[in-house]
Amino acid sequence: MGLKSKDLIGIKALDAADIEQILDTAAGFKDVLGRDIKKVPALRGKTTVNLFYEPSTRTRTSFELAAKRLSTDVINFSVSTSSVVKGESLRDTALTIQALGADFIIVRHSCSGVAHFLANNLDASVVNAGDGTNEHPTQALLDLFTIREKKGVIRGLEVAIVGDILHSRVAKSNIYALKKMGAGVRLVGPPTLVPDVLKDLDVEIYSDMDRGLKDVDIVMMLRIQVERQGKGFFPTTVEYFRNWGLTPERLSMAKKSALVMHPGPMNRGVEISSDVADGMRSVILDQVTNGLAVRMAVLYLLAGVKG
Amino acid sequence: MSKVLLNKEDIGRIITRMAHEVIEKNKGVSSLCLIGIQRGGVHLAGRLAARLEEIGGQNIPVGALDIALYRDDIAVRKEQPVVRRTEVPFEINNEKVVLVDDVLFTGRSIRAAMDAVMDFGRPSAIQLAVLVDRGHRELPIKADFVGKNVPTSIDETVKVEFEEDGLEDRVVLEWV
Repeated sequence: MGLKSKDLIGIKALDAADIEQILDTAAGFKDVLGRDIKKVPALRGKTTVNLFYEPSTRTRTSFELAAKRLSTDVINFSVSTSSVVKGESLRDTALTIQALGADFIIVRHSCSGVAHFLANNLDASVVNAGDGTNEHPTQALLDLFTIREKKGVIRGLEVAIVGDILHSRVAKSNIYALKKMGAGVRLVGPPTLVPDVLKDLDVEIYSDMDRGLKDVDIVMMLRIQVERQGKGFFPTTVEYFRNWGLTPERLSMAKKSALVMHPGPMNRGVEISSDVADGMRSVILDQVTNGLAVRMAVLYLLAGVKG
Repeated sequence: MSKVLLNKEDIGRIITRMAHEVIEKNKGVSSLCLIGIQRGGVHLAGRLAARLEEIGGQNIPVGALDIALYRDDIAVRKEQPVVRRTEVPFEINNEKVVLVDDVLFTGRSIRAAMDAVMDFGRPSAIQLAVLVDRGHRELPIKADFVGKNVPTSIDETVKVEFEEDGLEDRVVLEWV
């Protein structure tokens, strides 16, 4: 056993056994998070660098805490205060960080493929924390962990992913992961954001929310990027909410036991109503806690892959 | 090649004897708890606790400890050890903790286990119970309760099998 690659670039390159191993390991780390002393010495002496070219609070904080709880030292490289603003290239920045002795580089970038590029150019383990519209693998893993924790299984569940699939790296990683683990996936949203070509991913596509949610086990909401309003994808956020916002009435189409997920940050009143976000079936805050356990598992397992 | 060192009956008798020794040393079973080291130690801790409860007439808290994250060889192993569950659902501050493991070898697992236990609190004492002590210590660690001392050579393997894992209870010495 053990992962095959020193890096975690995307779910696409993993197989079901890899995913299973990460989820099983994360279960062990979840125990650690419930203790008074939430820190273990497993990766003592290693260094983690957060290299975030895009704003992020929760993912960066989650990786930082995960790395610290494994006893690695953590450096946060925020682009606005670094020499990137002086024109340094991505590769030079990364090589500089590696020369400082980084063992893990957590990277987020607005361009798809950046994590892959760095992984090929560095000896350090590269973890993709979101690259453009490509993938956000740890988000999908924490979503799967949460589903497995609440439902016991993933295989055979029907999952509806709702919203801006086209621009969503979270959706893409989740589609790959859910399919590999044997779940059924439906994509729900306006045709501008859920184009027909996505059918190639072996999923069902619905533009009607009520039909899309009928009898599903999991409703996975995505953030509507409000900055996309006025670019022709949808008329107004009010109209979006009227058609694709998750309200208690809409949720009643899904199974009674259905869970509601959201990767955050939420736009209440745009893609989800407060009643649902704070409701009994919401596991949104569980997702945040589980994210820590999953990221600890990923760092721990990657540390075991010798280059 | 292999040789059976202990069978089901031997193991049963040993656990009974060790239970008496634990009670003798601690003058009873009050403020005593058992923590088994994953995986074999967890099975043994359960059995030892059951015996202690029979003899002492009192409930004994039993926990399970995974030491993967406290090992000293993480950086040099080919693969990361599997992280299993740790469950210590009781207070260990000022309690006497008996660590239970199946085989005592280099002592490194016990060092890791002691560090892990300390992260749960400050026990008044930590004692060590093992089914088999096969020698070859690399750290200054000694068991308080030993089921059987087995002199071994370094390239032999001591395998402990448990009914809980769907096997027959026994301890086997294997060599090439």
